[in-house]
Amino acid sequence: MAEIDEGDIILKLDDVTKVYSGIVAVKHANLSLRRGAVNVLVGENGAGKSTLMRMIAGVEKPSLGRILLEGKEVEFNSPADAQKHGIGMVFQELNLFGNLSVAENIFATREIIRGIRGIDHKAQVEKANHFLDKLDAGISAETMVEDLPIGQQQLVEIAKAISLDTRILILDEPTSALSAAEVDILFKVIGELKAQGVAIVYISHRLEELMRIGDYITVLRDGQITGQAMVKDIDTKWIVRSMIGSDAKDFAKSVDHKLGAEAFRAEEISLPRKTGGLAVDHLSISVRAGEVLGIYGLMGAGRSEFFECVIGQHPHSTGKVFVAGKEIVARDTPTRIKRGLALIPEDRQREGLVQVLSIAANLTLASLEKLTRFGFHIRGDREQGAIRDAIRDLSIKAPNPDFDVTSMSGGNQQKVVIGKALMTNPKVLLMDEPSRGIDVGAKADVFRTMRRLAGEGLAILFSTSDLEEVMALSDRIAVMSNGRITKIFDRAEATEELIVQAASEGHKSTREIA
Amino acid sequence: MTTVTSTQNARAGDGGSLLLTLMKLRTFIALFAVIAFFSVFAPNFLSTANLILMSKHVALNAFLAMGMTFVIITGGIDLSVGSIVGLCGMVAGGLILYGIDLQIGYTMYFNIFEVAAITLLVGIAIGAVNGLLITKLNVAPFIATLGTLYVARGLALLSSGGQTFPNLQGNPDLGTTGFAFLGSGRILGLPVSVWILVIVALAAAYIAKYTPIGRQIFAVGGNERAARMSGIKVDRVKMFVYMFSGFCAAIVGIVISSELMASHPATGNSFELNAIAAAVLGGTSMSGGRGTIGGTIIGAFVIGILSDGLVMMGVSSFWQMVIKGIVIIVAVVVDQAQRRLQQRVALMQLAKKD
Repeated sequence: MAEIDEGDIILKLDDVTKVYSGIVAVKHANLSLRRGAVNVLVGENGAGKSTLMRMIAGVEKPSLGRILLEGKEVEFNSPADAQKHGIGMVFQELNLFGNLSVAENIFATREIIRGIRGIDHKAQVEKANHFLDKLDAGISAETMVEDLPIGQQQLVEIAKAISLDTRILILDEPTSALSAAEVDILFKVIGELKAQGVAIVYISHRLEELMRIGDYITVLRDGQITGQAMVKDIDTKWIVRSMIGSDAKDFAKSVDHKLGAEAFRAEEISLPRKTGGLAVDHLSISVRAGEVLGIYGLMGAGRSEFFECVIGQHPHSTGKVFVAGKEIVARDTPTRIKRGLALIPEDRQREGLVQVLSIAANLTLASLEKLTRFGFHIRGDREQGAIRDAIRDLSIKAPNPDFDVTSMSGGNQQKVVIGKALMTNPKVLLMDEPSRGIDVGAKADVFRTMRRLAGEGLAILFSTSDLEEVMALSDRIAVMSNGRITKIFDRAEATEELIVQAASEGHKSTREIA
Repeated sequence: MTTVTSTQNARAGDGGSLLLTLMKLRTFIALFAVIAFFSVFAPNFLSTANLILMSKHVALNAFLAMGMTFVIITGGIDLSVGSIVGLCGMVAGGLILYGIDLQIGYTMYFNIFEVAAITLLVGIAIGAVNGLLITKLNVAPFIATLGTLYVARGLALLSSGGQTFPNLQGNPDLGTTGFAFLGSGRILGLPVSVWILVIVALAAAYIAKYTPIGRQIFAVGGNERAARMSGIKVDRVKMFVYMFSGFCAAIVGIVISSELMASHPATGNSFELNAIAAAVLGGTSMSGGRGTIGGTIIGAFVIGILSDGLVMMGVSSFWQMVIKGIVIIVAVVVDQAQRRLQQRVALMQLAKKD
């Protein structure tokens, strides 16, 4: 590996650690950002990229360690603080006011004021249009942001960051909602900024983009920096290796067991998207008892939406769901859970756990009726027993089940969510990104549990955006793209190339239309 | 009351530091502080007569505060309880005095048990209206209950044209006597209303701790989306808490009109604010998910003793309001400080571990 050219360092993170409730998001990271260059950051979901950037942008404060700006230690108490030092960020989730116009959004908190006559709307619109034109956005600065499609909203966010005249510009997945033509324009603008000496931080999952515009690359895995290099010295293989790590993940060996009869079937599931089109597009699939079906797809492919339709979270969805050959007509979640479906949601904090409750109360939350006498009295002995069993079966490391659920690590929290789902005695288990944001050991535990459950005759559908994971764990692999299943592979015939190809199929066609 | 002690025991184990423990016990400390203060400075404060009188005052607010606690734990608010008190008082008074005119020349009269039952049903029904507005029509709890606040108060005033229903002794011929028992009766030396409070409080604490609906109330307030995903019937839980709150308010309406032997339509004005104050003082979090019945009862005692004690000391009612406001604010500030401290301790431990 060639030496890394030190370059012109503007900002340095020195041994930074960030801890959230239950998760160490970043561990002792050292990172240098260089002027007049595109500093690329890659890593799997939950590797800590966004957290790292949020610390630089002043959204979060590091729990340990320091930030050095041009050699001097600084402390950012707020994003406004960081902005004063010339740091701007485009967040992964858009931070726009939908009820205000594009110009008002771009100049939020630094409105152009004409003395006591208030805001100079005309000047704002003029200036905003100037930035928007630079991006070839084709957006009028007077439009309401909520009336724009998501891709254009992202462009507004980018225009806003550019208008800040920043020295460091952080772009967190800026292209996730952009069309190919828009990406080209964005890259042109990035090139111009680079020439002006701006340090650009670029976060993306799309490796080919990184190779195209990156100068320096930093790879993160499980909150730690695992590789740093100059982009010209490396290839995508190196990136993948650093991302996944040389130590092969501890996947549970698949035990061969006979598959049973069909346990789950979905027919023609469709879900309209708010902005038009279908998030889930006439999706049909069938899974047998004891089978593990991996659903692979990129962000926004509609995997979570499909699972939510099945569990009954979208009353507007259409299509039929069968468990063990019988159709479930009722569309509400309680009935669907009762009939043998269970979902482990993707977003553990928002949808999986009730943070204020204890570990024990979270575990039994979905199955309280089963633990009662006379239908209303929760039997302490039975509840304790069920909790003990779950903690043992899933090897949850809980010092005391009465502690708050947030006192545990992310992996153990995930096991609690799984335990909660299993206590309802499901026949079909839907797992949405079950390994997201948890450490390696917990991942191995979760995978082992999945194989064990399949061996016991459960039908498991799990979604992931991790290739290695889907290849190792699934009996069959369904590739989803743009709300549809583009290909279903048997484990024997699947290769990484074929899967990646199938995953981008739907996207390409719509891009051309758009 | 069982709930408050058990959660505190569970938490005391992990915190450790003295400051944290003191902060957790703040409602108890406040209670002892006000009792100690007034026993020294207010003459006759500790006399039996005064203690019983105070407990009657406290009981009224405690009923409302319990209902309010469940509502706040789900992340809502119920502003209508004061008006429900007024309306239910009028319903009880009207039934005793005039019965129900059946429009065919007969009027139906009820004995006081039936009167109480009907009045409670009216309270529950208004709670159900609140619940339906909030769950089915998606009205924000603040607005929905603000609306029913006006409607219920208006109906109370309309029922008598703004007049008081006096002399609720009832008529022995019609079998409507005995109403005074609820308000001024005694069992084993304690007022009947206090006994009712004990029963309802034990029931509420039981619901909170040992029943699925109780657990679900906390889950809905802690993370409504996760609760939905877990198959909890969130709408049903919300209906329950508003109906329970209406039920508690109806009890207060009956007790007050029984104490006074008269129903006045303006009774219960701004009672909702005292109820919210008691719940918050007792550690209920306005953002939902946290709170205990035991804590709320103690909160109600602190507020009740504070206002009665200040009256006995001859402090002007204007100053009383200032003092009550400060106590509430301090309680919430300490609550926030405790949570931050607890979080920081937990995070530092986790950072060190890795």
